[in-house]
Amino acid sequence: MKRIALALGMCLSAFAAWGQLTIDITTSGGRQVPIAIAPMAGENLQPQAVSEVVAADLNRTGLFRLVNTAGISPLPTEPSEVNFADWAGRSAEALVIGKIEAAPEGRVEVRFRLFDVQKQSQLASLSYVVAPVQLRATAHRIADVIYEKLTGDKGVFSTKITYVVKRGTRYELQVSDADGFNAQSVLASNEPIMSPAWSPDGSRLAYVSFDQKKPIVVVQNLAQGTTRVIAAFRGNNSAPAWSPDSRYLLVALSKDGLTQIYRISSSGGDPERLTDSPGIDTQPAYSPDGQWIAFTSDRGGSPQVYKMPANGGPAQRLTFDGSYNVGPRYSPDGRTLAFVQRDGGRYRIASLELATGQVTTLTDGTLDDSPTYAPNGKMVLYEAQVGGRGQLAAVSGDGRVRQRLTSAAGDVQDPAWGPLPTN
Amino acid sequence: MKKLALYVALAVLAAACASKETKDETPVQDKSTSAQQSPTNPGNSQVTTTKPSGPVTGYADAALQKRSVYFDFDSNSVKDEYRGVIQTQSKYLADNRDKKIRIEGNCDERGSREYNLALGQRRAEAVKKVMTVLGVADGRVETVSYGEEKPVALGHDEAAWAQNRRADIKY
Repeated sequence: MKRIALALGMCLSAFAAWGQLTIDITTSGGRQVPIAIAPMAGENLQPQAVSEVVAADLNRTGLFRLVNTAGISPLPTEPSEVNFADWAGRSAEALVIGKIEAAPEGRVEVRFRLFDVQKQSQLASLSYVVAPVQLRATAHRIADVIYEKLTGDKGVFSTKITYVVKRGTRYELQVSDADGFNAQSVLASNEPIMSPAWSPDGSRLAYVSFDQKKPIVVVQNLAQGTTRVIAAFRGNNSAPAWSPDSRYLLVALSKDGLTQIYRISSSGGDPERLTDSPGIDTQPAYSPDGQWIAFTSDRGGSPQVYKMPANGGPAQRLTFDGSYNVGPRYSPDGRTLAFVQRDGGRYRIASLELATGQVTTLTDGTLDDSPTYAPNGKMVLYEAQVGGRGQLAAVSGDGRVRQRLTSAAGDVQDPAWGPLPTN
Repeated sequence: MKKLALYVALAVLAAACASKETKDETPVQDKSTSAQQSPTNPGNSQVTTTKPSGPVTGYADAALQKRSVYFDFDSNSVKDEYRGVIQTQSKYLADNRDKKIRIEGNCDERGSREYNLALGQRRAEAVKKVMTVLGVADGRVETVSYGEEKPVALGHDEAAWAQNRRADIKY
């Protein structure tokens, strides 16, 4: 299996390979679009079979059913070779064909076409000239195009995720592709690492480090590997959240007593206090339009989700069912919050539709935590405890499709889903 | 299939590092004291977990070596049985005006990480409040938290959780 080196400017250690996640769909529901993805001409000569990655990407969403392509001979690689009756006979509604050919300077040209089988029409035709080492990334871009054409939503196959891997007393902050491949260690420590948060452009991560034997907030530039301490005030410094324009970080500080929410320039400086409650205020999150901050507060006696204007001010309680609703995260369209809900002794991920107040429990674990939306809003990635170990799992916004991301590496926790690539 | 190849590769790696994995299961705590602890009542026996170190080593009073305060689930109230622990430490601080301390709060694994981090700090703050009443100056005590990140007991049951709901006084 070939691995593509991420442009993170750091070496892939042998240990990082331990972080490899494998993703399996544990449940799927609803109608699945039958799609045939033919092997691409010439891909068997390449380090990465592009059609296999495209098929795996689409299959993992639970929204597609892969149609067997075996027995159709010759398999089409050009539009003129497509016999739509072959594919209609196999109930395929969509067909993907393609080819990979040599291009100058050691590069290759990948050409793919997507067809609507029933209408016998071409929906997309694109070509990419890339280095062979980029073929896996190219396959994700192709899957993004197909997904968007067939569902109307942006694909997230070219995005990255970050998470913390814990083995014994060793912690690593890792970044991988959304399918778990190309895991890279961006930080290793013998002290805990918590709460990674992507900058809106995906170039930096804010996180909580315990290297100073207490929680402090650090921002790390991924390409350069440089770090900057943003908050290391007296007491706890934690829960970083970026403003949509990248100018600010919200942080939770206990410098003035109990934990409260502060705003600080993302390049550092003096913190400005935004909440003033007699209890704990933490886990802030900006709404995507930057107008609101959702957060956890136990000012009313039990921890609940509140929201307040982005500059502080009167807070409005949003959750009312149960005695423990914490850790809100906005969906990319700003209409929904995902949060952690305690029901009896079980901790699960739930969503709150802001317009109606409707709460939907999305997961059925015992110790689920740290929900993070995919940038297209279709899936929520979170941490689950399975067999006493931290694992990542993902659930669709309607709760019907479930994925489990497993790793042999130890405990995997605290995920954060990165933004769409800017291209 | 590639996935199969991956699983095989992982299995080989897992076998190669089996001894390390086993070691990871060992609780990160002082084994000399944990062996004889009553798991259901961590209160009185458990307070010796934090061993003397640094400037306090050699201080005559054995009671001074008790530096942990344990809490009930979802609670940050200091139970009466730990008042003595805090009084002894406060007296030591009164006698040693150059010393500063950090109180580290901890939680069990249940609940959300960041909220637990704040809860742990509130537990540390509760211990600090008792010390302040006993005359320890505010500026000599920093309250921080490890939340659920540094459990001394690695189990997933009440016996382990009880040991992890804790504030440690660190010199």
